Amino acid sequence: MCKQNTELKVKDILNCYQGKEREIIPILQQIQEELGYLSEEAMLATARFVRVPESKIYATATFYAQFRFKPVGRNHVAVCRGTACHVRGAERILDILERQLGIKEGETSQDLEYTLEAVACIGCCALAPAITINNQEVHGQLTPKKVAELFPAAAKGGN
Amino acid sequence: MKTVLISQGTCCKSAGADRVLAAMERELSEVGLEAIVKTPGCHGFSEIDPVVVIEPDGILYAKVKAEDVPKIVQSLMDENRLAKGLYYRDPVTNEGIPYAQDIPFFNKQQRTILKNCGVLDPRDINDYMEAGGYRAVRKALLEMTPAQVVAEVKRSGLRGLGGAGFPTGKKWEMCAAAHGEIKYVICNADEGDPGSFQDRSILEGDPHAVLEGLILAGYAVGAQESYLYVRAEYPLAIKNLQIAIDQAKEKGFIGDDILGSGFKFDIKIFQGAGAFVCGEETALIQSLEGKRGMPYPRPPYPVIAGLHGKPTLIDNVKTLASVRWIINKGADWLASRGTETSKGTAVFSITGKVANCGLVEVPMGITMREIVFEIGGGVPGGKKFKAVQTGGPSGGCLPGALLDTAIDFDTLRAAGSMMGSGGMVVMDEDTCMVDTARYFLDFSLKESCGQCVPCRLGTMQMHEILTRITQGEGKMSDLDLLMELSEGVAKGSLCGLGKTAPNPVETTLRYFRDEYEAHINERRCPSRSCKALISYNINAEKCKGCSICLKACPVDAITGAKKEIHIIDGSKCTKCGICLDVCPDAFGAVECF
Repeated sequence: MCKQNTELKVKDILNCYQGKEREIIPILQQIQEELGYLSEEAMLATARFVRVPESKIYATATFYAQFRFKPVGRNHVAVCRGTACHVRGAERILDILERQLGIKEGETSQDLEYTLEAVACIGCCALAPAITINNQEVHGQLTPKKVAELFPAAAKGGN
Repeated sequence: MKTVLISQGTCCKSAGADRVLAAMERELSEVGLEAIVKTPGCHGFSEIDPVVVIEPDGILYAKVKAEDVPKIVQSLMDENRLAKGLYYRDPVTNEGIPYAQDIPFFNKQQRTILKNCGVLDPRDINDYMEAGGYRAVRKALLEMTPAQVVAEVKRSGLRGLGGAGFPTGKKWEMCAAAHGEIKYVICNADEGDPGSFQDRSILEGDPHAVLEGLILAGYAVGAQESYLYVRAEYPLAIKNLQIAIDQAKEKGFIGDDILGSGFKFDIKIFQGAGAFVCGEETALIQSLEGKRGMPYPRPPYPVIAGLHGKPTLIDNVKTLASVRWIINKGADWLASRGTETSKGTAVFSITGKVANCGLVEVPMGITMREIVFEIGGGVPGGKKFKAVQTGGPSGGCLPGALLDTAIDFDTLRAAGSMMGSGGMVVMDEDTCMVDTARYFLDFSLKESCGQCVPCRLGTMQMHEILTRITQGEGKMSDLDLLMELSEGVAKGSLCGLGKTAPNPVETTLRYFRDEYEAHINERRCPSRSCKALISYNINAEKCKGCSICLKACPVDAITGAKKEIHIIDGSKCTKCGICLDVCPDAFGAVECF
C-alpha cells in the first residue's frame, strides 16, 4: 500500500468522527481494521485530530492488547491461553505452532505470511485447546496432527 | 410442519455447524420437503456440537456431520422415524437418548436467563416477541413508575451476576436517587475471565434480552443513553447485538418516545480493546472516555459520578438479562428460587477435564458435585477428579472434599474462592496445582494496569517464586514468602484485580500443600506436568519398533529403525509428550517419570 493511499484512508476514517477524546479507541480500532496495524503517522494524525499530545495516543494504544504497531501477517494465528485451553494442553499447541511456522510467539514471519500470538480467552472453552485464524475461523480440539494439517505449507522443516 | 434448529454460536460454527446448515438447506430443497430451518445461538451443550434439533418433537441429534444430513431429512419425511445412531449417547451408560429433555445435561438445569439460547433466532425480533419478548418493557413503561420498577428489582433479592454479588436493586435505587439531568447505563460485557463464555453465548444467542434489561434499567434510574461494552474478541456477539439494536429501533423499543410513554433511550455498542482490568467498573469508565483503563478510587461510586462525571449504572450481561423475568413474573417469583442470601439462578460455563463441557444454568445452592458429576458427566478417560476452579484468575481451586458445598456467593467466598463471572474449570490428576497457580499469576501480572506497586511487583515476585518451584528449585521458606506476599498484594491494591490475584495461590497452598512440598522436597511433580521435573523414556521390553513415535517426534529426538527398539535422546527431547500420546495402547512402551 503506498503512503499516499494510507494517508487518504486515515483521513477518510477521521472524517467520520467529531474529534472528541472519547473517540480515541474507536478511531484507533477502525484504523487498525483498515491498515492492519497502527502506524506512527496514523497515530500522529489521530493526535492532531482529537487535539491531544501524541504521547497520549501512544499511551492509550499501548495499554490495550488489541493494538499492534507493526504490520501483521496474512494469516494471523492466535493461540488461546484461557484456563480451559491451558489444562487441555495449549502450551504444547503453541510449542508445535512455533516450530511449524518457524517463528516465536509475538513474531511475524519475514515473508509476512504468518503472525503468531498468544491471546486471552476466546471463549470457546468447550473446544479447548483452540486457535483462531484472522479472528474469524476458530479451530478447536486441536492435536499435533490437526495443527500439521492446518498448516501444510509450513510443514515440518519447511522453514 | 417440522422446525429444524441448527445452532450457530461461535463454538457451534467452529465445530462445523455452518456446513451442516448448508447441507440441510440443500437436502431439503432437493427432496422437496417443507420445513422451517432456524439458526439460533448456542444451546449450551458445546461438547456435542454441532447439534440439530427437530421440533416440535424435541429430538436432538449430536455431533452431526454434513454427510449425516440426508439421513435426518429421510427421518423427517417419515413421521415416526428417528435417524438411528445419530442421537446423543450417554458417555457413562452408552445408552442412546433421542429426546433433548431426557439428556441429564439439560434436565438437571433450570433455565431462565438461558431460556431462549439455542431456541430463538437471535437475528429476528419477531421470534423474540412471540416468545413474550419486550412485554416487560411494555409493562414497565406503561403501567409502572420508575420507582416501582426499582422497588420490584430490590424486593426480588437479585444480586449482580458479574461476580461481586452487589444487590442490584440497591444499586439501581442509589443511581435513581443521584442528582443529575444526564445519566448513563452501561452493560458490562467485557467478559475476560479465562474459562468463561456465558456472557458471549447470551449476547450471541439472546441479544434482545440484554437490550430489554438495559431499557428497563434506563427507565428505572432515569437515563437516556447507554453503552454495551463488548470485547472486540467477540465479533459474532457484536454483529448480533447491532442487528438487535436496529430491529428494536424499528419497532420503537429504542428511540425518542418509546411506546408513547415519553421515555427516550438510546443504546450504543463500544468495543473493548482487550484489557482484562476493564471489567472493573472504574477502569471500564476510563476506557469509554478514551483513556488507559486504569481503575480509580471509590467513592465517589459510579452511581453518583461515573462516565463523564455523571451518575452511571453498570450491570453485567446476566444481571440485565434477568430483569425482564422480575418485571414479568414479579419479585416473589425470583425470590422463591435459590438460597436465603443468593436468589435466583446462576450461569456457569463448565470446562476443562470434564465429559460434558458447556453452559449450565442452575438454581443457587446446588452443590459442586451435582454440577461436575451429574450435569458435567464427571472426569473423562477414567482419570481422578482433583479440583474445580471457579471465578477465573480472581477465584480459587477447591478440592474434592468441598464438592458437597452448596454454591452461592457467600459459601464460595468463605471457601477462599468466588463466583466470579461463572467460569468453572475442572482439573484432574494430570493437572499440577502449582503450575495452575503459576498460570493464573502469569495472567494477573500481565493484566495488572501497573499503578499499584503491590499488584504490579507483588504478582511478579509471586510468579517468579512459583516458576522456580515448578522448575524444582524452590525452598520451603518460599511458601511462607508466598503467603506474606499474598496478604500484601490483597491489602495494598486498589481494585478487584489486585485484591483477588493471590486467591489461586492461597487456595492451592491451603488445599494442595502436599503438591508444593513434593516439588520442593522431592523435586517431583506428582501430576507429571512440570516439564523440568519429568522425563520420557521408551521401555525396551515393550517397544515393538513400530516407528510411530519416531515419525511423530517434532524435534527428531527419537532414534532407531523399523523393528528396532527406539531410544529418546534426552538432550534433544522438549518433553512435549507426543510420543506418549501416539504409542499404541497395546504396547504402552513410552513412559513418563
